Amino acid sequence: MAMFMQQQTDDSSFKKNMLFRGQQDQSSALPSVGFVPAKSPTTHTQYPYVTGSSVLGIKYKDGVLIAADCGGSYGSTLRYKSVERLKAVGKSTVIGASGEISDFQQIMRYLDELTLKDKMWDDGNTLGPKEVHNYLCRVMYNHRNKFDPLWNTLILGGVKNGVKYLGMVSMIGVHFEENHVASGFGNHLARPIFRDEWKEDLSLEEGILLLEKCFRVLLYRDRSAVNKLQVANITAEGITISKPYALRTEWEYKAFQNPTQGVEGSW
Amino acid sequence: MAYWSPYDNNGGTCVAIAGSEYCVIAADTRLSTGYSILTREHTKMCQLSDKCVLASSGFQADIRALQKNLDARHQIYQHQHNKKMSCPAMAQLLSNTLYYKRFFPYYAFNVLGGLDNEGKGCVFTYDAVGSYERVGYSSQGTGQQLLMPVLDNQLQSASPLLLPSKESATPLSESEAVDLIMDIFASATERDIYTGDAVEIVVVNADGIRREVADLRKD
Repeated sequence: MAMFMQQQTDDSSFKKNMLFRGQQDQSSALPSVGFVPAKSPTTHTQYPYVTGSSVLGIKYKDGVLIAADCGGSYGSTLRYKSVERLKAVGKSTVIGASGEISDFQQIMRYLDELTLKDKMWDDGNTLGPKEVHNYLCRVMYNHRNKFDPLWNTLILGGVKNGVKYLGMVSMIGVHFEENHVASGFGNHLARPIFRDEWKEDLSLEEGILLLEKCFRVLLYRDRSAVNKLQVANITAEGITISKPYALRTEWEYKAFQNPTQGVEGSW
Repeated sequence: MAYWSPYDNNGGTCVAIAGSEYCVIAADTRLSTGYSILTREHTKMCQLSDKCVLASSGFQADIRALQKNLDARHQIYQHQHNKKMSCPAMAQLLSNTLYYKRFFPYYAFNVLGGLDNEGKGCVFTYDAVGSYERVGYSSQGTGQQLLMPVLDNQLQSASPLLLPSKESATPLSESEAVDLIMDIFASATERDIYTGDAVEIVVVNADGIRREVADLRKD
């Protein structure tokens, strides 16, 4: 029965099925039920290939700051070193993505289509960060419902009508708003620092310094982090995404030279 | 190999207590994943009508989808009937909505509280696929095992096994019920890592809906 119900999509699969049925017919030991193995589900979208590391975001006095590095890892290989993981959507929103880079690029195509269609109304209305966040939550959740997730954690920030907005969506659709957010390793290493040092009236300089401090920690502790980062600044005036730049690091600490010295039983 | 699951348990505890003319519904505000806290200020409550509040723990994305679904269904109901849905009607709708996804369930554990058609406090408690029961008090979520025996002990409700059946609403006063909730949440926070940060308490009575927030341990 399954055989008749299966759709014949192309010639080769048809031939394969015919061949299979032919073999079945020859076997007298087996009942001649047309057994066709079920089409195996798509699996290549079930795990990530090229992934980006942490993204950090904070609100500050005049707007929102989001930072990400430019690395793209192929498993544990640092395969790409100039990936832009911060993108502007419309005039008031920036998205930062960790996770699968190609899925992020697909998400940006969805958003380009969304903003284009919205612009075509020509009613002077634009999508703000809240609307974009809501849309992304639905996109991520609907993909997980189809068992074909977009393998990303997205961080999204913006300012519209004088209101700052910073939120996050995970690959299965978990979402929330916060004053400071971080994806991936950042949730373990950066957010405790944010909780200690973040305050509502941080100046732009203080905000960038705080993000850089957290990134330096990530750089030292997260092997897939790269010393080449971008910071996006979203204010009521508009969006600026910085050129990639490096942080000053210090590797000459004595403890780094023989990290296991004095640890009993280690190499 | 990287692995994914369509579900997560974002934790949290929900409680509701019905009195003869009030209902108290409460939930903590912590949102977690694994051993990490995502945010300390995430409400698990959803006001579905002026007499009906839903508190849910489980998978946050499913909970949000469920709340939006119920909100939309309630909007349609209001357009069709020119009135708000009663709490027992909402309870049945929630059950049907959960069972509709029986074979890919909403991972949501709900307590629905409010006032019934006579103005009495009512609490409905659910499992993820829609089995439900009207009770005098209930709790759901990660702190359920810690709270439930304390509620059993403190609320002095009549046993549901008594025949003829007695009313299940607690004889406690409204303020006593609120105090009890603050205490049990403080206790659950001591032992349950998924419960903490703050407890949001909503009281529904003849005067309307009142909301208060009390701090809990943040560790």
